[in-house]
Amino acid sequence: MLRTVLSRLGTALPSLAGVVVITFLLTRVLPGDPALYFAGPVASPEAIAAIRAQLGLDQPLWTQFAGYVAALFRGDLGTSLTTGRPVVEDIAARLPASAELTLLGLFIAVGIAVPLGILAALRQGSWIDHLCRLVTTAGVSLPVFFTGLLAVYVFYYLLGWSPAPLGRLDSFLSEPPARTGFLLIDSLLAGDTEVFRAALGQILLPALTLGIFALAPLARMTRAAMLAALSAEFIRTARANGLGGRTIVFAYAFRNAMLPVLTTLGMVFSFLLGANVLVEKVFAWPGIGSYAVEALIASDFAPVQGFVLTMAILYILLNLAIDLLYGLIDPRMRKVA
Amino acid sequence: MDSNTVPLLDVRDLTVEFATRRGTVRAVKRVNLSIARGETLGVVGESGSGKSVTSYAVMRILERTGRIAEGSIAFSGVPLRELPEREMRDLRGREISMIFQNPRAALNPIRPVGQQIADVLRRHGQATRANARAKAIAALEQVRIARAAERHDAYPFELSGGMCQRVVIALALACRPRLLIADEPTTGLDVTTQKAVMDLVTELTRERGMSTLLITHDLGLASAYCDRVAVMQQGEVVENADAIAIFRAPTHAYTRRLMRATPRPGAGLRDLLPEGAAPAPLPAPDPRAGEPLLEVEGLVKEYPRTGLGGWLARLAGRAPEAPFRAVDGISFRVNRGESVGLVGESGCGKSTTSMMLMRLLDPTAGRIRFAGQEIGAMPTRGFAASPLRPRIQMVFQDPTDSLNPRLTASRAIADPILRMGRERGAALQARVEELADLVGLPRILLHRFPHQLSGGQKARIGIARAIALNPDLVILDEPTAALDVSVQAVVLNLLQDLKLRLGMSYLFVSHDLHVVRLLCDRVIVMRQGKVVEEGSSQQVLENPRADYTRELIAAIPHPPV
Repeated sequence: MLRTVLSRLGTALPSLAGVVVITFLLTRVLPGDPALYFAGPVASPEAIAAIRAQLGLDQPLWTQFAGYVAALFRGDLGTSLTTGRPVVEDIAARLPASAELTLLGLFIAVGIAVPLGILAALRQGSWIDHLCRLVTTAGVSLPVFFTGLLAVYVFYYLLGWSPAPLGRLDSFLSEPPARTGFLLIDSLLAGDTEVFRAALGQILLPALTLGIFALAPLARMTRAAMLAALSAEFIRTARANGLGGRTIVFAYAFRNAMLPVLTTLGMVFSFLLGANVLVEKVFAWPGIGSYAVEALIASDFAPVQGFVLTMAILYILLNLAIDLLYGLIDPRMRKVA
Repeated sequence: MDSNTVPLLDVRDLTVEFATRRGTVRAVKRVNLSIARGETLGVVGESGSGKSVTSYAVMRILERTGRIAEGSIAFSGVPLRELPEREMRDLRGREISMIFQNPRAALNPIRPVGQQIADVLRRHGQATRANARAKAIAALEQVRIARAAERHDAYPFELSGGMCQRVVIALALACRPRLLIADEPTTGLDVTTQKAVMDLVTELTRERGMSTLLITHDLGLASAYCDRVAVMQQGEVVENADAIAIFRAPTHAYTRRLMRATPRPGAGLRDLLPEGAAPAPLPAPDPRAGEPLLEVEGLVKEYPRTGLGGWLARLAGRAPEAPFRAVDGISFRVNRGESVGLVGESGCGKSTTSMMLMRLLDPTAGRIRFAGQEIGAMPTRGFAASPLRPRIQMVFQDPTDSLNPRLTASRAIADPILRMGRERGAALQARVEELADLVGLPRILLHRFPHQLSGGQKARIGIARAIALNPDLVILDEPTAALDVSVQAVVLNLLQDLKLRLGMSYLFVSHDLHVVRLLCDRVIVMRQGKVVEEGSSQQVLENPRADYTRELIAAIPHPPV
């Protein structure tokens, strides 16, 4: 097991190196001069040159790259020009907010999509099958900023059920001591139910928005994989041996259908990591996605590079986790690994 | 009524219908069958005869689109058609159980086999959580699986096909049912495995006084293992009689035709055709006949052992394990105008050999000389451009899978001509029509796609494609294994006619000695990558020298002659 993990991580190293090179080059070829941006519109050419020298932008490209890589090995992602703080600190502060939102959205999506897909496959052509088709079509065709704004309009403006879409927590409440960085978990650990309820109120709408988006591919894949599994010959054997409905559906069909569902889950998760920028914007969520977008607009290289690198690492870890889960579900995979 | 005279299973006027897009299709029409206690009934028929559907109807496991339209099914007096699903589920596996074709697919691929047996035992209250493991191991031991405790935790992909079928049998017999339905239980297994599996089923069912319904397309198998036989054709039972009587004196014309088409000792190739089918006139023999066309010397194919073990060994600087020898130094010759059979069970290296001859695989060592030129050393990729390439062609095992589903019959036949031939436009069209006539494919079918054609028609396309470039050597890789016996008889005769007319040589790769004997002048028997016996067809079949050949011949069931 440990050997598998290490060898998988080893094969990920070249991709990481590639990500480092490409993000560095990409940010350099993007239009916009950070020195110009930060000097302001009225700065003299000498002031701009001074800022450029201070940022090291007057050095040749390979010197800049060598400096960047050397800093990376020290765990230093540089300093953000917009916030004035080290990028590592910024990301560490904002990543839990994004992760909490994405994970909750994914839980909601899985919690709805998997039962819906199973039921739709079991009762093909029934109302639940049509409902599944409707929900998946809506999920893929409605963009997240639209569902997000609609949710805010209905639940905050019209009904008033939801708090103002302004970040993770009401500004009058104080955050619980950070242990995991996830407000929902930290507040429970601190035993602070008031904060928990407030945080839940804030996160529910954006998480639902993400969930509806993620639900569509998952439900479709679950339905298709269940249909394929249910028509397999070993299901016929199980029926011919008198096995009951529940055993057939869960122990026989669903466990076999889980492999494609898991693959889709991995893909949806990585979409969400990137796609929640829009949701973060709509709900003023202090996440890593909106941080990266702001930095990109400001031609602030260090946060953008840091963001892409963080995403790459998360993506690699996610794929590793999914590969390991594959092995748990399917004995044939263990043999291959 | 006396309980001894009530049949265990009594099927009366059973009619099964399927709802399809083109309306209702009657797959089974007013079928009557009965099985007495301890009796084995064979249901014989070709594909589409409704034999499997009949058994699914008895078990009430028809697909969603199928339904029992008429008739009654009584199992030891209990009417099954009216039984609530809940009670039917109690009956399945405990009173009536079933074994299937393709045992590996019939088992859940990601559940240990022992656990699958335990599932059934616990479902029918024959085991508890505590003793399920022990009982499952006992069930595996009963089907003669060695080291059963170890195999209990194995997954289907870790077991051989024959072993998987033993597990399926253990699954079916675990709860000691009174009726076993075996649906083509040995199709796709090697002949020696088939014999072992069938002997095991017979022994276990006899021991327990069980009744068996054996569904098969193989008359030989039915005659060897059944007390009575029902012959089905297009959803109807056309003949139902004692097994010996039916094979000695078949009364129905269809039964007679089936009997004739079945390869058996003493019957020649032409004997398989229906009575009255005129044999083709023999053309003058090729003057070059007898010259060597293909010479193979010391051919070897090795595969390195894959996996972490070999890699670690290399890393540690130790010599890796010896590579696996799929083909281990074989030599043989095929002369012009000659048919040579390459016979062996799965894994003996016969397919690897044919792949090397087609130059789809590079041999590890040895020489392949074709028409006087050494082709074994030519790189695989370069051979496609070689002028010798059109002169070796191949007919594949599965007529459906070997055709591109998006190409029409005429485009499929034209394919090799477009790649390597010269004809284009009208000349190409004329050549395709000529080839269709040669293989007996009606011209009106030429614009159809594979899914609109029958298995026999698809086999003809595969043959037309192979002979399109007038090859000298055609490698036939089990060309009739997927066909019904009556179609097989016609296709084998067609191949023989084509060979005589076009002066080709055949290398016929097969597992069935009786089929090979019909078409081949000489036979090579392979086992574990080596040639164990070589000789004329007559000599090998009538006076086999090697024990292994004798074992192979003995394992093939055939109807009494």
